[in-house]
Amino acid sequence: MVDPRIALINERLKEINNIIAVSSGKGGVGKSLVASTLALTLAEKGYEVGLFDLDFTSPSTHLILGVKGLTPKEDKGIVPPKVYGLKYMSIVYYSGEYASPLRGADISNALIELLTVTRWEKLDFLIMDMPPGISDATLDLIRLVKGIKFLIVTTPSKLAFETVRKLMNLLEELRIPIIGIVENMKIKDSQFIRQKTENREIPYLGEIPFDSYLEDAIGDVNRLLGTTFAKKIGEIVEKIVDFSVKNER
Amino acid sequence: MHEWALAEAVISTASQLAEKEGLKEITEVKIRVGELQQLELDIFEFALSQLKTDKFKNTKFNIETVRAKLKCRVCGHQWLFRKDELKEDVREAIHFVPEIAHTYIKCPKCGSPDFEVVQGRGVWLESIKGAK
Repeated sequence: MVDPRIALINERLKEINNIIAVSSGKGGVGKSLVASTLALTLAEKGYEVGLFDLDFTSPSTHLILGVKGLTPKEDKGIVPPKVYGLKYMSIVYYSGEYASPLRGADISNALIELLTVTRWEKLDFLIMDMPPGISDATLDLIRLVKGIKFLIVTTPSKLAFETVRKLMNLLEELRIPIIGIVENMKIKDSQFIRQKTENREIPYLGEIPFDSYLEDAIGDVNRLLGTTFAKKIGEIVEKIVDFSVKNER
Repeated sequence: MHEWALAEAVISTASQLAEKEGLKEITEVKIRVGELQQLELDIFEFALSQLKTDKFKNTKFNIETVRAKLKCRVCGHQWLFRKDELKEDVREAIHFVPEIAHTYIKCPKCGSPDFEVVQGRGVWLESIKGAK
């Protein structure tokens, strides 16, 4: 018995120049906000961009973007709807406001299903908002998606960095490209994350100060793009584009 | 039309297997389709017929439907998936991503959403036969 879906995944993704997993070892560091704002910023710059929320049990990018009442079109697969210039895919189209209590094997199956049937077509960037940690979704993407790159998000916390360190170890061992680290929610001067990152010769892409106005911008994309948070992402984005252009799939 | 994507996956995988086994022609493809995914078999078969390449010129697609059996991880109760008991929008959501069953279906005995799909989730390619 063979799972026929696996053979089709890279065929589905073949017209995408860059696939970036926005990842971290811990939850609550701002992955979804970084992923959503990065996708919106790239789209504003004129790139064709997709955003795929892979946090199946706790999706949140739909709240950040203020997406409501949308359903993907069915046409020889699933065509992701366009939201603020992004081709946007999330399991919430199907789970709605209800909980999706999924075990690891179910997460893998749902991920493989959506990778098989979602028709992204041509994209410059597909940004994937990852669930925290190094479990099923991370391992499946590494296994199934050729040429994937990781963007790592941490906070200044030593606890967050410890989990990120393990994620970086795994990616380096498997020779998966790391674009760099974004230090989010910075509240005081500290070189800890920068030094630790640069010691490993991984690019430190920049720091984002804790933005107390960010919460008010959730669900309002225009307001989100006007925040200090988004401006900082705007400063980092060129480094991400440079790395991506040099390391296209 | 989600059936097309899964038919494409079957054709692509069968072609790869044939290549690996050095088959010039594929005479039979056995497919198992789990009921949980609720594929429209007419559309699925039509998609297979439209997507097939030269290697599949004389292929018989044998499709076996497998009842979806669910087993509660909490109380051990086993039951069969019945789409007629679900609202249309829920049926459709499960059709697209069968794991969404965990969002809407609960164990009829203890009410837990923590169940296992023992059989009949989605599409499997069981075997291919052909000539070298």
